[in-house]
This record gives sequence, C-alpha cells and structure tokens, in this order.
Amino acid sequence: MTFLNFFISGISLGSIYAIIALGYTMVYGIAKMLNFAHGDVIMVGAYVCFYAVARYELNPFLGVVIAMIVCTILGMIVERLAYKPLRQAPSLAVLITAIGMSYFLQNTALLLWSSNPKVFPSIVGRGAFKLFDGELSISHITALTIIACLVIMAVLTLFISKTKMGKAMRACSEDKGAAQLMGINVNATISMTFAIGSGLAAVAGALLCSAYPTLMPTTGSLPGIKAFTAAVFGGIGSIPGAFLGGLMLGVIEIFAKAYISSQLSDAVVFGVLIVVLLVKPAGLLGKMTQEKV
Amino acid sequence: MKKILVCALLVLAMSATAFGAAFKIGGTGPLTGGAAIYGTAAMRGAQIAAEEINAMNIDVKFDLRYEDDTHDAEKAVNAYNALKDWGMQISLGSVTSKPAEATAAENFADRIFALTPSASSAAVTEGKDNVFQMCFVDPNQGTASAQYIGEKKLAKKVAVIWKNDDVYSKGVRDTFVENAGKHGLEIVSETAFADGNDTDFSVQLTDAKNKGAELVFLPMYYQPASLILAQAQAMGYAPKWFGIDGMDGILTMEGFDKSLAEGVMLLTPFNADAKDEKTQKFVKKYQEKFGEIPNQFAADGYDCVYAYCQALTQAKATPDMSAEDLCGKMIEQFTTMTFNGVTGDNVRWMKNGEVTKDPKGMVIKNGAYVGLD
Amino acid sequence: MTMRRLINLKRAEARKIYLTYAVVIVAYIVCQVMSSTKFLSSSMRGMLVPICAYMVMAVSLNLVVGILGELSLGHAGFMSVGAFSGVATAILLQGVIPFAPVRLAIAMIVAAIFAAFAGFIIGIPVLRLKGDYLAIVTLAFGEIIKSILNNFYMGIDSQGIQMSMLSDTTRLLPGGKLIIRGPMGISGIQKIATFPAGAILLIIALMIVFNLVNSRSGRAFMAIRDDRIAAESIGLDITKYKMMAFVMSAALAGAAGALFAMNYSTIVANKFDFNTSILILVFVVLGGQGNMLGGIIAAAVLTILPEKLRSFSEYRMLLYAIVLIVMMLATNNAEIKEFLSRLNPFRRKEA
Repeated sequence: MTFLNFFISGISLGSIYAIIALGYTMVYGIAKMLNFAHGDVIMVGAYVCFYAVARYELNPFLGVVIAMIVCTILGMIVERLAYKPLRQAPSLAVLITAIGMSYFLQNTALLLWSSNPKVFPSIVGRGAFKLFDGELSISHITALTIIACLVIMAVLTLFISKTKMGKAMRACSEDKGAAQLMGINVNATISMTFAIGSGLAAVAGALLCSAYPTLMPTTGSLPGIKAFTAAVFGGIGSIPGAFLGGLMLGVIEIFAKAYISSQLSDAVVFGVLIVVLLVKPAGLLGKMTQEKV
Repeated sequence: MKKILVCALLVLAMSATAFGAAFKIGGTGPLTGGAAIYGTAAMRGAQIAAEEINAMNIDVKFDLRYEDDTHDAEKAVNAYNALKDWGMQISLGSVTSKPAEATAAENFADRIFALTPSASSAAVTEGKDNVFQMCFVDPNQGTASAQYIGEKKLAKKVAVIWKNDDVYSKGVRDTFVENAGKHGLEIVSETAFADGNDTDFSVQLTDAKNKGAELVFLPMYYQPASLILAQAQAMGYAPKWFGIDGMDGILTMEGFDKSLAEGVMLLTPFNADAKDEKTQKFVKKYQEKFGEIPNQFAADGYDCVYAYCQALTQAKATPDMSAEDLCGKMIEQFTTMTFNGVTGDNVRWMKNGEVTKDPKGMVIKNGAYVGLD
Repeated sequence: MTMRRLINLKRAEARKIYLTYAVVIVAYIVCQVMSSTKFLSSSMRGMLVPICAYMVMAVSLNLVVGILGELSLGHAGFMSVGAFSGVATAILLQGVIPFAPVRLAIAMIVAAIFAAFAGFIIGIPVLRLKGDYLAIVTLAFGEIIKSILNNFYMGIDSQGIQMSMLSDTTRLLPGGKLIIRGPMGISGIQKIATFPAGAILLIIALMIVFNLVNSRSGRAFMAIRDDRIAAESIGLDITKYKMMAFVMSAALAGAAGALFAMNYSTIVANKFDFNTSILILVFVVLGGQGNMLGGIIAAAVLTILPEKLRSFSEYRMLLYAIVLIVMMLATNNAEIKEFLSRLNPFRRKEA
C-alpha cells in the first residue's frame, strides 16, 4: 500500500509538472524557442488567482478565468516587446532575452506583492477520494489536475490538427519560410502560440499553488526548470510527450526519495533523464529528425 | 505610490540626521530573490529602531543603510564594500549565514565591528573577535531542542526532516541528532529535502509515520514547514511538531489556515503576541508602517540597533571616531554589557561573539503563541 | 581564394587577437595602478578578482558555445568542481607551502585537472547528443554535481584524507580537520586569490583558446559547427574534437572556479547553480558568440552593472533585467542595429 501511495504522490507531483510542461512544449514546438519566462508567467497567474479568490472573494473558477485573461494579455505583450523583434536573431539571443524577462517578472512581482509568502486557497478544497478503507487516498486537486491535463491535451491536439490556425502553427513549426510563401502570417501565428501558452500557464499556476499552497515571487522558477526537464524527457515539441514526461518525472522523483535517498533525489532524477536521453536521444515520444545533407 | 512616498520620507529623515553627525551603520541582506523576506524584515526592524532612536532626546543618532546581497556571498562582499565606500563605521553584518561568513571575514580584516541580527551559523563568529550575533547560534538550538524534548518527556521516538542544502537547517540538525541519545530520544526517521524538491513531502511524512515517530522535529523556516503541516493533515498523520526560531512567522502568512499549526511547539526568542510594552510598541509600529506583523528577523534587526545605541552611549562614543576606534570600544562593551530587548531580557554576549539568552518554549494554541511551562 | 586574400584574412584574424591581448593588458595596468594608488573605490577593488574569474569563464564557455557551437547550460558545475578541489588543495598545502602565490597556482592547476576529468566523464554521454538535448543534459549534470557536492564530506587527519557521502562518517582522529562539510561547504578559506593572479589566468586562458582555435583542431571545431555532416564526410573525428574542446573548456572553468573561491572566506555548492551557468552564458551571447573580447567585456559590464545600480535600491534588479533585455534587443535586432550604427560617427563606409 505504501508503494501505491507513493505512486499516487508521484502522479500528483507529476501532473503539475505535466501541465507546466505542456506550455513549454507547445511554444517550443512552434516557435522553436525555450521560453524560460514560462515559469514566471505561472507565478503571475497564481498571484492574480490568489487576489481574485482570497481578497475579492470571487468564485475560484472565475478567478482562474481572470488569471487566464491576464496571463494571455501579459504573454502577448511580452512576446510583442521582447521576442518579436528577435524573430531573425540567433536562437540563443532569444533564450537570453527570455531569461531577462524571467528576472523582470520576478522582480516586478517582488515590488508589487512583497516577498512574504502567501498561502494559496485551494480551488477545489483539500479533500480526497478514499479507496480501500482509506488506505489509499487521491486528493481532489490531483484528480482535477490530471483531468485538466487530459482535457488540455485533447483540446490542444484537436486545435492543432483540425483548425486552420492549428494548421498554420504546424506549418510554421515545419518551415517558417515555406509557410510564409503559402500565405500564412507567421508573426501572427507565433504570437497566437504565446497567447495560448500563457493562458495555459495561468491554469498551471492555479493548480500548482492549489496542490502546494505557498506562493512567492520565485514560486515559478524551480518548477519551471523541472517542467522544462519533463518536456525534454517526453520529447520536446510533443504534446503527449510533455504529459508522459511530466508524470514520469514526478513518479521518479518520489520513488528516488522513498527508495534511494531523500538527500540525493535530484541527482537520481537528473541521472535517469540522462540515461533516457542516451537511449532515446529525442526523448520518449520525440521525433528523431534525420538531417539531410 | 504610498511605498515610494514612505521611502522618500525615510531618505529625507535620514539625510536630515546625517547633518547632525550620526553613526553610519550599515548592513547587507537579501532584499531581492528567494530569500528576500528575511533581509527585508531585518532591514525594516532596524529602520524602525533607528527612527525611534533618532527621535529621542539622546546623543546617539544613526544613519542606517541596507544593501542587497541576494543571499549570495559574492554579492554580500560587494554590498559590504559599497557600504565601506559610503563610510560605514559599525556594521550589522549580513542577515543570512553564508553571506555573513563572507562579510564577517571582511569585518575582521578591516576592523569594523559587526553585530549580525540573524546569521546563526557558528562559522560566522568563529575566530573573529569583533563579530557578534543577536540570534542563537545554530548548534545551540539543536542542543536546546533535544534537551527540551527530552526533559519535558514530549516524546521518545522522534523523526527529523531537514533541508539538505541549507546551512541553518544542517547546523541545527547536526547537534540535535548528536545530542538526542543523551536525552533519551530515539531518532527513528531522518529525511531531507532541498531547493528543487521542496514541494512534496509525502515520502518524508510516510517514513516518519510508518516508523512510529511521536514527534517530528522541523529545523527549517516556516515556508516549507507550512507545506509539511498541510500535507500531514491531508494524510491523517498527527504527531507532535517541534520547530525552531525559523518557524516563527508561520501564523502571519496571508491565507494560512491557523488550525494546521495547532499544537506546534517551537523554541523562539521572539513572540509578536507577547504582552510586554516593548514588544507591543514595536509590533504596532511595524504594522502601521509596513502592513505586516513583524517576524523574528525584524525583531532581531530592531534589537541590534538598540543594542548598538546602548553600547555607544555607555562607551561615550562619538560619530567622529574612526571605525577602528569604535571597534575596540564595541568589543569592550559587548563582552561586558547586559541588554534587554524584544528578543529577550538579560541578553549577554560571550567573548567568541555568541549570544546567551533564554529561548522561550512556545506552543501554538487557537492561532496564537502560548508560553510552554 | 587567392594567396593575397588568405594573408589578409590572417591579418584580420591576428589583429583581433592582438587587440584582445592589448585591451586585457592595458585594462590590467590601469586597474592595478588605480588600485594601488587608492583611486579605486573599495567596491570596485573588491570586484577585480571575481571579474577576472568571470572573464575566464566567458572565454571557456565561448570555446564550447561560440567555437564548437554547442549549448551548455551547466558550465557552473565545472566551476564548482574546480572551486572545491582547488580550495581543498590549498588548505591541504597550507603547512607545506607557505608562499601563497605558489599555493594558489598549484590549487588552480589541481582544480583544472579535476574539472577536466569531470568534463571528460560528462563528455562521454553528452557529446553523443545534439542541440537542445545536449543543453538539457549539461543542465542535468550541473544539477547532479551540485547535489553530490551538497552531500560530500572530506577531512584530513594523521591517517590521511577521509571522505564520505550523505552524512559525515569520516570519523576524524583528534587533531583532524573537516574541510568540506556537505551543505555547509568550506568555511574559513584563506583569501589568497589576487588580481595579478586573475589577470595571468585570463591571459593564459586566452593564449590556450587562441592557439587552439587557430590550429588544425580549431578549424575542425568550426567545420563541425558550420556543417557537421560535411565535416564528418571529410573524415573529421567529430567525437574526438568535441571532447577536446569540452575538456579544455572544463579545465579553464575549473581554474576560474578555484580563483573565484579563494577570493572569499566561504564557498557553498549552491552558489554554482543553474543561475550562475545562465549568467556566464549571458556573457558569451551578449559579447557575441566566438568573440573572446566581447565576452570578456560583457563579463566586466554585467558584473559591475548591478553594483552601479545600488542607488536605485529596491528597483535595482528590475532595472538590471530591463537593461539586459534592451541590450539583447539592441545587439540582435537588425532595425535597431541599423539605427544605432547610423548614430555612430566613426562607422566605416560600406563599399
């Protein structure tokens, strides 16, 4: 039973990584950029949600919607000001700008909301489903996160494969130049990708802080890096890969703590990541691109 | 906007005192980054004390300046040097332990006296005759906790959860584990966490629960502790909880469900709910000014400035003295004087810079501290 | 390509190299004179050694990112290995070699060897990967090194060096001394790093990198960067060259780490985290990939900048972030670049 409980803890942690990783992987897949500010957009989303729910006592779901709107707008502004001027620049320049943006968001949050940790009100309460006479429990927030992950995954997959915008996104991801020739507005498509990614970040923020309820200006940065790892683990650019990578990373982290050493769990997690990448160099579900001469 | 106004007023108030020949007193602490809460609190506590003293009708006046060190030894030395360029005469060291170790070495080399509010590792004062601490040194907290739990017979089987990449947590954990056996405690479970994995504590709690720990010792700050308490409740584990001074502040977190902390015991020198006049005055001022209840760091910062005020008055020091002269006088005063502040009465210092004051055993009842015993 | 153009090309290349040396040496002399005549503030004086260390880090990472064309997000890990092995060496030699500069030099060499070894071990798996996957694996290794050092204990007593992992089980005999203390790192370090030593290390690093770049191997590196498949098809041993650059870069980072650590009385593994790796990457990218002088200048500017922003108190790091973003935009956006170059009165007329 202990094993199963650990497994469930791993899934709950992993589902949080997964939902953050979805945002990372989507932006990467289409804009081919590592948006290191993603974790900080999550933090902003969580703060907006916190103020909506705790201060203005709105319905938690309304709070999430407000956070989504704010984050979508924020994502579009960030993209317009910092990333769009660098469309032609080398990818490393964009990476560094994203890091600058991450510092910017963290420090703005510090000035606006102070460094005092806030305790996030859970959006679904702290209850749990009890199975086997209470031997096994799955908290509501875990269930919600997994459902949210699956819904988002399904919607994203449908959106990308069925809609016109989605097709444009796929075209941009394959070949920006050719997409442009086919009359696709590449700039608008990439902006759209950021808007969707940032909206997802708000949902991720609300779920992250509901599951692990302390909120600080630096809340997003470490889970952000872990989620980025998860996205690579599953094969960056692949939406089901992000989901699978996130869950596996969570489970591995908990098992490493439980059965190897709580002190060395990070080393074990990253060690497993390295081994996986050596066996499957493009991640679990990533496409191996064959380079042409 | 309000904040900016307050800052502007503060600057005005301070520059005004600068003309009246004030002691230049400087400190470094994390004002940005993940540890910003500690630095900001200590700075604000010190600011209130400096303002109060400057408004008093006494000879000692302070010109206080805090610089950001982002909880990093390298930046702390930079901040210290910036303060030196400004003309700092006496120093408040650094707020957190590792940066304080680095600046303490500079204090020692430059002969600038330092009294750190909250840097509690033993290495901060080790081998330096002019570096003193306002807070308990970590090893003492570990020893005192083990002794307290043993003597009060709170538990026999004890679990420890500590932070594996933190000097503070490690320092307390080491002496606690070392001394546990002496006081009849058996450590049945010992687990750790670190910066990257400080969200999920199910493994640590399950281990403690399965091994039958009656009490869980938490040598850490209140932010991870709040997560531990919440997760323990969710899994239906209700041991006794025992924290150290870093646990102080847990009740003031915005949105925290105080019932989670019901029955948590902690050793802390400061209690924002204390009924004595000094504490109440400080807490009221702090709340008015910053809109928050001060934690232990703020109280330490506040006491540091008052301790300096007392020492400087007794030594009949004047602001035109050099840092080195002041250093000699301060060493003389701090090794002989007794100080009463918000973090304790009859505070005395040993020659090695460590403080001796009584940690107060507190227990949280109905969302407030109540003195143990 | 005519003979003449070849010579010209070489001259342009050589001019760049001599310019780099000249700038470094002149800057060193100016700072040294200003420092000894007390013209330099304490704040600036205190930053001389770390700036040198960061410059060496920038040069070292430039070898991987700029010349070899692979992204590394874990470079601080090598700095960390160097810092810990270097400082431990210096402490062990304290009684044996009383003359500090020699001790520092030996410590830096030992640090370079340890870091090079770490680079080799890490290079075996890492260099099989490409692009962002390589980047994430270097990040992972950086984190693993941090995690291991946070759990590593080493001490010395009359029976020699004792080591342990996870908890302190070294059981030192009386009179023994615990040097590396897990999460508490190393305390009580003698500050023997000096500005001249830093400048010498920087010059040595530049000499090594320039010699490497302008040798047969250097041309191989750039061939691999520009077209891996073409390079492979003409028979270049990709793995060998990649490994060479990676190990060399790690060794330099290790020496820089030792220099850096011995400028402070204390060092912890957490200092060398992902953020530090990123900081060094910022130096390289801002200075221009493959441009050693650019990286060196960026390292100096970005280390001094946050100190100069202190007067803005709580808005300091916010301004730093804005300046960083603006600098990236200004150096990488074609329109802004064009606008700036129009402002520059000395710009060369394009043919």
